[in-house]
Amino acid sequence: MTNLQAHIPTGPLAEKWTSHKNKINLVNPANKRQIDVIVVGTGLAGGSAAATLAELGYNVKAFCYQDSPRRAHSIAAQGGINAAKNYQGDGDSTYRLFYDTVKGGDYRSREANVYRLAEVSANIIDQCVAQGVPFARDYGGLLDNRSFGGVLVSRTFYAKGQTGQQLLLGCYSAMNRQIARGKIKMYNRHEMMELVVVDGKARGIIARNLVTGAIERHSAHAVVIASGGYGNVFYLSTNAMGSNVSAAWKVHKKGAYFANPCFTQIHPTCIPVSGDHQSKLTLMSESLRNDGRIWVPKKMEDVKAIREGRLKPTQIAEQDRDYYLERRYPAFGNLVPRDVASRAAKERCDAGYGVNATGEAVYLDFSSAILRYGKEQAHLKGMDENDAATVKRLGTALVEAKYGNLFQMYEKIVDQNPYETPMMIYPAVHYTMGGIWVDYNLMTTIPGLYAIGEANFSDHGANRLGASALMQGLADGYFVLPYTIGDYLSKDIRTGRIDTNTPEFDEAERQVRQQVEQLLHNKGSRSVDFFHKKLGRVMWDKVGMARNADGLRQAIEEIRQIRADFYKEVRVPGTANEYNEELAKAGRVADFLELGELMARDALEREESCGGHFREEFQTEDGEAMRRPEFQYVGAWEYTGDPSQANLHREVLEYENIEVKERSYK
Amino acid sequence: MKLKLKIWRQKNAQDKGKMVDYDIEGVSGDMSFLEMLDVLNNQLIGKDEDPVAFDHDCREGICGSCSLFINGEAHGPDRLITTCQLHMRKFKDGDTVYIEPFRAGAFPVIKDLVVDRSALDRIQQAGGYVSVNTSGNTQDANAIPVPKSDADKAFDAATCIGCGACVASCKNASAMLFVAAKVSQFALLPQGKIEAKRRVLNMVEQMDKEGFGSCTNTGACEAECPKGISLENIARMNREYLSASFTANE
Repeated sequence: MTNLQAHIPTGPLAEKWTSHKNKINLVNPANKRQIDVIVVGTGLAGGSAAATLAELGYNVKAFCYQDSPRRAHSIAAQGGINAAKNYQGDGDSTYRLFYDTVKGGDYRSREANVYRLAEVSANIIDQCVAQGVPFARDYGGLLDNRSFGGVLVSRTFYAKGQTGQQLLLGCYSAMNRQIARGKIKMYNRHEMMELVVVDGKARGIIARNLVTGAIERHSAHAVVIASGGYGNVFYLSTNAMGSNVSAAWKVHKKGAYFANPCFTQIHPTCIPVSGDHQSKLTLMSESLRNDGRIWVPKKMEDVKAIREGRLKPTQIAEQDRDYYLERRYPAFGNLVPRDVASRAAKERCDAGYGVNATGEAVYLDFSSAILRYGKEQAHLKGMDENDAATVKRLGTALVEAKYGNLFQMYEKIVDQNPYETPMMIYPAVHYTMGGIWVDYNLMTTIPGLYAIGEANFSDHGANRLGASALMQGLADGYFVLPYTIGDYLSKDIRTGRIDTNTPEFDEAERQVRQQVEQLLHNKGSRSVDFFHKKLGRVMWDKVGMARNADGLRQAIEEIRQIRADFYKEVRVPGTANEYNEELAKAGRVADFLELGELMARDALEREESCGGHFREEFQTEDGEAMRRPEFQYVGAWEYTGDPSQANLHREVLEYENIEVKERSYK
Repeated sequence: MKLKLKIWRQKNAQDKGKMVDYDIEGVSGDMSFLEMLDVLNNQLIGKDEDPVAFDHDCREGICGSCSLFINGEAHGPDRLITTCQLHMRKFKDGDTVYIEPFRAGAFPVIKDLVVDRSALDRIQQAGGYVSVNTSGNTQDANAIPVPKSDADKAFDAATCIGCGACVASCKNASAMLFVAAKVSQFALLPQGKIEAKRRVLNMVEQMDKEGFGSCTNTGACEAECPKGISLENIARMNREYLSASFTANE
């Protein structure tokens, strides 16, 4: 059944990457000038890949749907980036980062890929500092670190609550240098509509100019998909409004396998939904769990009084609060991994202890941290540690310095002051571990087609640890792809420019035009958002934080129905040859309507619970995820013309360097 | 609440454009400003009218996509936030709200409230980087300690999201605050100092080429900046520019 070759190099784990790099083919500088590479997406993965490939001498064409590459959604990452630098001397090492990542991913990622990721992590920090990324520093002028969920060391580098923006601006500046040199041709406000395959190899894309509506042909010797994740299939998520699966889905339909689509990360600390008008959800960084304590009231009468506004959270005595993460997981406490923290919040809210009107919120409380920091600061400054007002003032100032922009964001959205009253938070869809299947070289099942960053499936298994997405995006783009793509391109040095005037390009363009016309001439009565919301509801209820076989079967049927209705009833205003956001949105939702079905199928097939995938039928007595050894594989789906009738190929995962154990954070 | 909206509608770059009135009901204080526009657009689509085009993406105040000049202020009446973070609780029932694009000669309108801000990208391409290749062999990140105060100031300058509110707020449509933020970030860090002279000269030259106006120290940019970028950065850039003009030898 399987023909999946992961191409993992032989030899000891720690030497695989180095020896692989030494053995693969290179392209000489004169030949690189003759080779074109298309990069779709300009976030941390796409931006770093485009810049590095251009530095090496390739001709890069980069595409983004935003009006500038600097606005890709990596920019919204808040908390930080992991690297095994061991600057804190707290026992960190490449092996430990590797181990934490594999364990955090619930033993569903590939050992060799994760080890390589841990190995290059330290280079990322060096590279970013050299680019002028302003990481947080301590008074000695050295880089500061903090801690994230699922680990026992401080290895996270950060720039206040906007690490993603600072790293992305680093990539963007590296890209700008190459744009100025003419080595990157940048296509802003362009959407990839189709992949062009010639003689079995990826040779170009069809793109739509989102300003003029023009359908364009672009050719290259290799195509790199760096278009991010597909969390927006749930309608409400922490993703940007434009984040979409279309590039990834189109290549899946052209033959690239899609791996583990059901592995979705539900982030525990987001601002709860406020009403039907809600268009997106806002994340509160995981870094807040360094200092914030999560709780709900112990007594049901307190819950009622809070919901009715008769009681404030600050009036509930310490002994009447249930710090449920500290209670259930004493070793990791509030810093358990995201999947565990999210499920624990859902468990308390399902039991009726949710603290807002909808019953879907828990508290994230900083009062202990303000007190602790305040006392420390008062002591440092020789002030009275027992004077409550002084302690509060000093503690608040310190918390503000650490998390100020996050607190401000919360206050603007919710209209409550989080320095005075605990934040209310609830889990929300955040990241997708699944994605296009790639081998060790990051190549998909279509020769010459690569997938990097969140768009691929490779490094996070069934659950991503905090601050690891930025690490993976930059590792792929700066340090992995630029080597591995050369091995493939070395066979293409005599090919010459790829012609766009061929039957393959004709056919791809025809398909794109047909879809555009179909959507515009549909003349239904419902907006695109209507169907997107409907899909999101099904996904959240039946393919969300807890799943079961009956629900998943229903989801498949319901999604098929919504998709049929969409093509009957959707109304897309305007024309093809103009700026038309509804048209762009319609194309993206059409793809989500197919992907959602495959996600449900994948979740149905995986009869176990692991990481972000929780099947109610498979749990331990105390409600923890129950992994099953027979599912120790990557599920890679081959498209057959109907999303949920895809063929499953299994890549069995072997653990030679880590003992597969029960994942415990107790 | 009920609101009267007066919105700039312009079919494309060639169209002359005009303000159009819309009435909207059922607006809740918990809606963001852009969610209010979503509601309006869904009504327009239902009536087979053209929805209002506006730029937006992350909707959490960091990508810099959203713009909008609301009642005469970039990003509206609240301080230190972008339009996507502005909530309707800042308005009262019966208010009239004027919604216009970010206007500047260097920001041509694409459609309705969407403008072309690629001039800002071109200024960055003229020198907004450190010339270091990706190698994995740069020196260790802690090899050069950076005083915390410099690192913090560089960070504060680097928080610019490139939205263009400074340009839209300036009576001269100057991009000085935007350019100064990038110049300052690098000028404050040892890694950026090597090319500091060439950088400031090239970026300022490109800024002028793009047709942005001159700075007359009014300070509207600082007041309206959603990230609170300080005017100090303009002073630092002027100093860097002046010194580079006399001493740069290339």
